[in-house]
Amino acid sequence: MHFLYPMCCFNSLLNLTCQNQNNYIQDHLKSALFDAFCLTADVFNRPLCSLISLFFHFFSSFQMQFMLLFSRQGKLRLQKWYVPLSDKEKKKITRELVQTVLARKPKMCSFLEWRDLKIVYKRYASLYFCCAIEDQDNELITLEIIHRYVELLDKYFGSVCELDIIFNFEKAYFILDEFLLGGEAQETSKKNVLKAIEQADLLQEEAETPRSVLEEIGLT
Amino acid sequence: MPAPIRLRELIRTIRTARTQAEEREMIQKECAAIRSSFREEDNTYRCRNVAKLLYMHMLGYPAHFGQLECLKLIASQKFTDKRIGYLGAMLLLDERQDVHLLMTNCIKNDLNHSTQYVQGLALCTLGCMGSSEMCRDLAGEVEKLLKTSNSYLRKKAALCAVHVIRKVPELMEMFLPATKNLLSEKNHGVLHTSVVLLTEMCERSPDMLAHFRKLVPQLVRILKNLIMSGYSPEHDVSGISDPFLQVRILRLLRILGKSDDDSSEAMNDILAQVATNTETSKNVGNAILYETVLTIMDIKSESGLRVLAINILGRFLLNNDKNIRYVALTSLLKTVQTDHNAVQRHRSTIVDCLKDLDVSIKRRAMELSFALVNGNNIRGMMKELLYFLDSCDPEFKADCASGVFLAAEKYAPSKRWHIDTIMRVLTTAGSYVRDDSVPNLIQLITNSVEMHAYTVQRLYKALLDDISQQPLVQVASWCIGEYGDLLVSGQCEEEEPIQVTEDEVLDVLEGLLVSNLSTPVTRGYALTAIMKLSTRFSSVNRIKKVVSIYGSSIDVELQQRAVEYNALFKKYDHMRPALLERMPIMEKTATNGPTEIVQTNGETEPSVVESKHLPPVTHSCISQSFDYLLLLTLCLGIPPMTAYNKNGLKIDFTFERANPNPNIAVITIHASNSTEADMTDFVFQAAVPKTFQLQLLSPSSNVVPALNQGTVTQVIRVLNPQKQQLRMRIKLTYTLKGSAVQDLAEVNNFPPQSWQ
Repeated sequence: MHFLYPMCCFNSLLNLTCQNQNNYIQDHLKSALFDAFCLTADVFNRPLCSLISLFFHFFSSFQMQFMLLFSRQGKLRLQKWYVPLSDKEKKKITRELVQTVLARKPKMCSFLEWRDLKIVYKRYASLYFCCAIEDQDNELITLEIIHRYVELLDKYFGSVCELDIIFNFEKAYFILDEFLLGGEAQETSKKNVLKAIEQADLLQEEAETPRSVLEEIGLT
Repeated sequence: MPAPIRLRELIRTIRTARTQAEEREMIQKECAAIRSSFREEDNTYRCRNVAKLLYMHMLGYPAHFGQLECLKLIASQKFTDKRIGYLGAMLLLDERQDVHLLMTNCIKNDLNHSTQYVQGLALCTLGCMGSSEMCRDLAGEVEKLLKTSNSYLRKKAALCAVHVIRKVPELMEMFLPATKNLLSEKNHGVLHTSVVLLTEMCERSPDMLAHFRKLVPQLVRILKNLIMSGYSPEHDVSGISDPFLQVRILRLLRILGKSDDDSSEAMNDILAQVATNTETSKNVGNAILYETVLTIMDIKSESGLRVLAINILGRFLLNNDKNIRYVALTSLLKTVQTDHNAVQRHRSTIVDCLKDLDVSIKRRAMELSFALVNGNNIRGMMKELLYFLDSCDPEFKADCASGVFLAAEKYAPSKRWHIDTIMRVLTTAGSYVRDDSVPNLIQLITNSVEMHAYTVQRLYKALLDDISQQPLVQVASWCIGEYGDLLVSGQCEEEEPIQVTEDEVLDVLEGLLVSNLSTPVTRGYALTAIMKLSTRFSSVNRIKKVVSIYGSSIDVELQQRAVEYNALFKKYDHMRPALLERMPIMEKTATNGPTEIVQTNGETEPSVVESKHLPPVTHSCISQSFDYLLLLTLCLGIPPMTAYNKNGLKIDFTFERANPNPNIAVITIHASNSTEADMTDFVFQAAVPKTFQLQLLSPSSNVVPALNQGTVTQVIRVLNPQKQQLRMRIKLTYTLKGSAVQDLAEVNNFPPQSWQ
């Protein structure tokens, strides 16, 4: 009996969210559902869990929801979110996921079920690359996506290491944004991605150079 | 005002902080500097400041005061500013923020910028986090860019369109014209994103799906080219040409071929080709094979192809790479329903996966193993599963135990085997067994009449070893209470009977009552068991003593039971043997198994999923007061009586004791009519002697249906403070076949319990 009442409540919440066109209210409802989901996921109340997991189907069924890069000490080095969540939710997800992934032993497989998502992670040197994909997605190709991103970073920075990503985080983002868009690969050729970044960097330099020259002369 | 420190400088400085407090201090100082810089509307260093802010945001510090600055950067003409501005927007300005919409105009302008990299930034930002309003406003621009010949922009526009459609599904139609020649592109980037766009549209709209079915031949051609073409350095990954595109095409084919014979037919060949020609030594090849298998299983493929797919999965199971094994188990779980026999062939490999070190693999293997159990392999499979239950992590034990019970119930080759299996589960994973298993097990044991002696003996021995596992203890107590006489008399046929005395049994049960390990529910079971033994054992005095002690127990439940049982000894001793009799065989109710474990029997009989779900309330009632309720309703129940029976009208009285006032008897009259016609305008009136008070509540109806098809009920409340013998005069009026009937009668045969 104890879980039936919240179930009915959440049913109504879900219905409200479906019916309500107002995005602001939708987001509040989604947020409430999400918080509730976190609560019930902790208590491992499966029926309630699966009901609320329907919430995640507001996002499509094939999509990378987010990508996180973090060190072995759990420090976040990059976070790319492809779904709208509040800062609080993002922090909570990050914290829990980092803990879960760091607790995995080295010989374990790269996939784990976490809440309603599939997590694909791989460790490269001191960095963990972690993607959250949805139920219908292909985990093995996601591993290839992660690998491609690492290759791009490697080519760009020349034998990339964690420090490169720490000190040039904005460049890591730029490269990611040339490779993925909305969670999907936009360019499957390594060469083309790097070329685009190169050109954009050149553009940036051209924009900056005049100023620095003027500054050197002493004119602002 | 000195120039704000550079980004790298800040990062270096912050990294030197040795404590969290030190870091916080540095950050606060820098944030203050940045804030004042923002206030001064400094254009030169805005970019640098925002970049620093974004770094600090990643460390977890608040950065909302930088939101407007990001907007200013986006509006700037400098490319550097725009780059950082858009990055900041994607990190800080998601659709939940109030200022999010202010970006719209800037993005609109940038979508039409002369530099493609600026357009790219705008498309990327819109495609990653544009809100529905923004998408609505800018969909037209995206659609325009979708038709451009610039492949750099076209590919981004396609993915941006995907996002727009996800946010505002009604806008899907407007992108339809632009999709016309997307697949004739040579550029892989555009091809890939186009396939993603088409997939999204087909998934969302059955009309679109029907419309795009005609693309199947073209998709097959593209895929064929990818496989057959020679080495292409630009898109090669470990010898495979553009695996990302291949996977995406396979996925689109899956959606197009589902439930459509013609499309499925058209893709049969290419699927077979991909399945047989793809290199499997590296992950990338297996990724493609995996997608192929998923496609084959989903479309209407011919049986040969399906067998091929399952064999691929079988090979995956033997792969050294854990990831591949995991993926195989997941897929097999999906296909076990439809292709049961094919999956059965890989049963031994699947069972081996139970021993894998990886938690995810073990779980999948367990679920799949349960799905594969059938009448033929039950003994072997159960051995493996019980071994797994012994050694697995606690998180699995509950599900595994439930699965074992379900499987055992369906396919048990013999009753003895069934009981043995249950015993094994209770002793190895007893504390993880679900609460609702206890009543199910009790029912099972009750119904296995010939195994009672064996069961109680084994349970007794288990109790001697370990009383910490509550479900085991509860079932054992219940059994000992029921069949304790068989235990003491040493009647076991199945194995060597043990010598045990009544006192030893009572010692064990009393031990449960006092043990700290026992939960209140368990104590309830133990007390009831002891009580039941009063009719089966001869040491009644000992039992009486125990029961009376618990009459003052702090635990309300125990106290109530003990008090009632005491009453049973004192006032209702004549009823005690009848009440405490052996339980009869119970009617078989459906078991309430875990929802995620699917049971099939894989044989020629149609597979019926037996897990009917009884509401949890019933089960909790049963588990808590299983036999207790039965005992007490009988105890306090007063037998019904017939008050009047004349001319086809029969009136029965049933009784209840009204709580809290024991002086009130609640009588329900049941009027039934055995004549051929209905009795209409039926009125029941009653009168009682002066010392009583009567209250008549309204009847259920005033028509008594003919031929005993229904009854009219009415409640009478009689207050009898002086506890005198109850007598009643009743008057009945009704109309039968048009004529009015009236009758008076005296009711004197009330049972003594109704007024005592």
